[in-house]
Amino acid sequence: MTVLKALLKRKTVAIALLYILIVVAAAIFAPWLAPYDPAKQFFEGLTLEGAPLPPNADYWLGTDLLGRDLLSRVIYGAQTSLIIGVVSNGIAVVIGTLVGVTAGFVRGWLGSVLMRLTDLMMAFPALLLAIALAAILQPSLWIVAMVIAMVNWVQIARVIYSETISISSKDFVAVERTIGVSAPRILFSHLLPHLLPTILVWATLGISTTVLLEATLSFLGVGVQPPKPSWGNIIFESQTYFTSAVWLVLFPGIAIIALSLSFNLVGDALRDELDPTLKGRS
Amino acid sequence: MTTQPGSGERRVLSVERLSIDISHEHDTQRVVDDLNFALYAGRTLCIAGESGSGKSLSSLAIMGLLPKMARLPSGAILYGERDLLELPERAMQRLRGREIAMIFQEPMTSLNPLMTVGQQLEETIRRHKLAEGGQATQRAREMLDAVRVPHVEQRLKQHPHELSGGMRQRVMIAMAMVCRPKVLIADEPTTALDVTIQAQILELMRELQREFETALLMITHDMGVVAEMADDVVVMNQGIVEESATARAVFTAPQSAYTRKLLAAVPRLGTAPSRLPVHGTDVTRLEVNGLRVRFPVKRRSPFEVRREVCAVEDVNFTLGAGETLGIVGESGCGKSTTGKALMNMLDFSGSVRLDGRELNGMRGSELKAVRCDIQMIFQDPFAALNARKSVGELVGEPLLVHGLGDADERQRRVAELLEQVGLPAEVALRYPHQFSGGQRQRICIARALALNPKVIIADEPVSALDVSVQAQVLELLESLQREYGLSYVFISHDMAVIEQICHRVAVMYCGQIVEMGSCQQVLHNPQHPYTQRLLSAVPMPDVDQKRDFATLLHVTEVPDPIKPRGHQMPTLRYAESQAGHFVAMA
Repeated sequence: MTVLKALLKRKTVAIALLYILIVVAAAIFAPWLAPYDPAKQFFEGLTLEGAPLPPNADYWLGTDLLGRDLLSRVIYGAQTSLIIGVVSNGIAVVIGTLVGVTAGFVRGWLGSVLMRLTDLMMAFPALLLAIALAAILQPSLWIVAMVIAMVNWVQIARVIYSETISISSKDFVAVERTIGVSAPRILFSHLLPHLLPTILVWATLGISTTVLLEATLSFLGVGVQPPKPSWGNIIFESQTYFTSAVWLVLFPGIAIIALSLSFNLVGDALRDELDPTLKGRS
Repeated sequence: MTTQPGSGERRVLSVERLSIDISHEHDTQRVVDDLNFALYAGRTLCIAGESGSGKSLSSLAIMGLLPKMARLPSGAILYGERDLLELPERAMQRLRGREIAMIFQEPMTSLNPLMTVGQQLEETIRRHKLAEGGQATQRAREMLDAVRVPHVEQRLKQHPHELSGGMRQRVMIAMAMVCRPKVLIADEPTTALDVTIQAQILELMRELQREFETALLMITHDMGVVAEMADDVVVMNQGIVEESATARAVFTAPQSAYTRKLLAAVPRLGTAPSRLPVHGTDVTRLEVNGLRVRFPVKRRSPFEVRREVCAVEDVNFTLGAGETLGIVGESGCGKSTTGKALMNMLDFSGSVRLDGRELNGMRGSELKAVRCDIQMIFQDPFAALNARKSVGELVGEPLLVHGLGDADERQRRVAELLEQVGLPAEVALRYPHQFSGGQRQRICIARALALNPKVIIADEPVSALDVSVQAQVLELLESLQREYGLSYVFISHDMAVIEQICHRVAVMYCGQIVEMGSCQQVLHNPQHPYTQRLLSAVPMPDVDQKRDFATLLHVTEVPDPIKPRGHQMPTLRYAESQAGHFVAMA
């Protein structure tokens, strides 16, 4: 609780937290918040020439190429993007951390096997792997989330692995051993807190990359299936009209950037709050 | 030598009323206050002081290399007619290296690891337009000869990592001296080196100075080095000049209270009274027989012969209750590895018995139980404490993992332990970064004491500390020994510290003990040639005892410790010259 209070004291962090809350609320309460059905194509949503409408009094954020309300699509899109950005990215971070820490702390044959596996995964083009996996398994939101997690844990594992090795070679870990502290306790009580900053940075950076990876997959037809909206696929569907209908890319783009920035700010602030060495020296 | 500079001596550079401020966000701190000194051709000035005294910043100011946060509110640095502080950066660049050169403490980080020694020297020569093409190579060769680097041709093609620390520092000196600078600034040039290597480098600097008539400014914390090298001394403490006089005056009649305190705290080899063990030594705590540690060398191909590094070979000793055994030797001699083997931190062969229990091969809960009786203190108190835990958690952790007492009892015990090492109980709530080096080492000691051990392995416990703090920590260790009858294995490279705290001492060389006996026997009547060499290289904090390092200047090759697997090292045979004084026979 004291940590939360300290976080709220920083103005930018408070705003970031507020934005995250709004996105979460939008995702949960989409049916009530959205002015229209996100899949409904309005006749009056297009001009007589068939061009989408810019933002106006009826459609606050304008309409898309098929005459659907952009605001409703962005609100519903929050569901998909949150699941991809938070859940699948979270799974990637957990797997990556577990693999990296185990390989770095235990070393030996287990460490070698885990790291060779990571190298193997890295050698595959991530996109190709995702397409292959998504094509084999019936594409649905949850499958896409799992596929993205499977592709994204690799870099995290690599980074955490080298961090773990550098921290466990420090003197204080040797001291813990001489005191008789057990290996799991050293791992959880002494190593993990030092890994936290790295994990937080990767977790927050991962949000924007995973949201965009989902968009790429949607674009290629193996992601979230239309007409279900996601921030990524809204951008991809309309990117060719960027010059004539800028709002179609601008609003979902801002939504993604703001989400990723917010998580980043909160992550940074959390790292500082949890680090006792940054508090007053005497 | 240590006379007032005569009128014949040429003043090369003078620092006048120099003050340096470091501003950090909003507050400004004065780190050097009103510093005055002058450098004369062919004379050496030492700035002596402990950490945080501002001695290094003063030298950086002369080079115009102060960090960005530094401000110079007043002062002038006169070099000839010019004030270096007023000089534009481009003019400074021309002076740097050519007329004012600098040597740093860590030769590995100041050399470019990707360039050969020859390339780096030649680059310096070309940049300052001393010579071109083949002549530059010739000049580089001559310079390496001048700093007494053996096998010059071979060295020119080597990279810095292929050279030993002493060789690297010679190359650094060669690079600094190649332009025959008028002023040479050496910032702790020998602190990272072994004593015998230090003696060589100091002697070399003296010779080069004589030859080139350089004005030498040396920054050091080591009063022994000061006495050995200085003509003039400036003693600094927290940015303030405590004393500025000739070396003789500073050592024989120090004026300021701080200088007197500093000199009193410096351990002097050969002055400590011989110590008798406090408790009867008839109880043997630790018995080490045929201790051997070898590390496998990674093979580059499966056809290569398996080889290993022979780190420790056939080490034998005993340690009585309430006794301190010093293990002394230079870097790479295996003293720290011995300590780690005793702690069961690495695999070893041979036998280590603690109160009759065999430690070799001990694992799991048995090993955990033994940890209560044998504990370790590490060299670097900054690295040995987890920065993310409070002092209370750190000191209480041994109690927690061994399941001793409930939360309240543990808290009481932590307070008690902190008091024993001279810290107030309230510090339990604070974090390691809020303490100074000496205080941190006290916290480490409190941690080691938590389980009431009988034996403590102390690996260079005072080497990272300032001398005045060093004396306090040594005193603490001694008083704890008197009170609890602790036995110490005290590993150090510093002979004077060993003499102060140890009852017996073992000298290690290339993984073996070459001489062992009481401090009196080994340090005052050394029998083995290596011990004699080691002792003759220790600089004395006494101006009347100038040492002649010239005999040490020839380089001795240390035998290669890498041997094919299963190699049988010849066993050393010992002669007992006096009761308890063992010397390895050649």
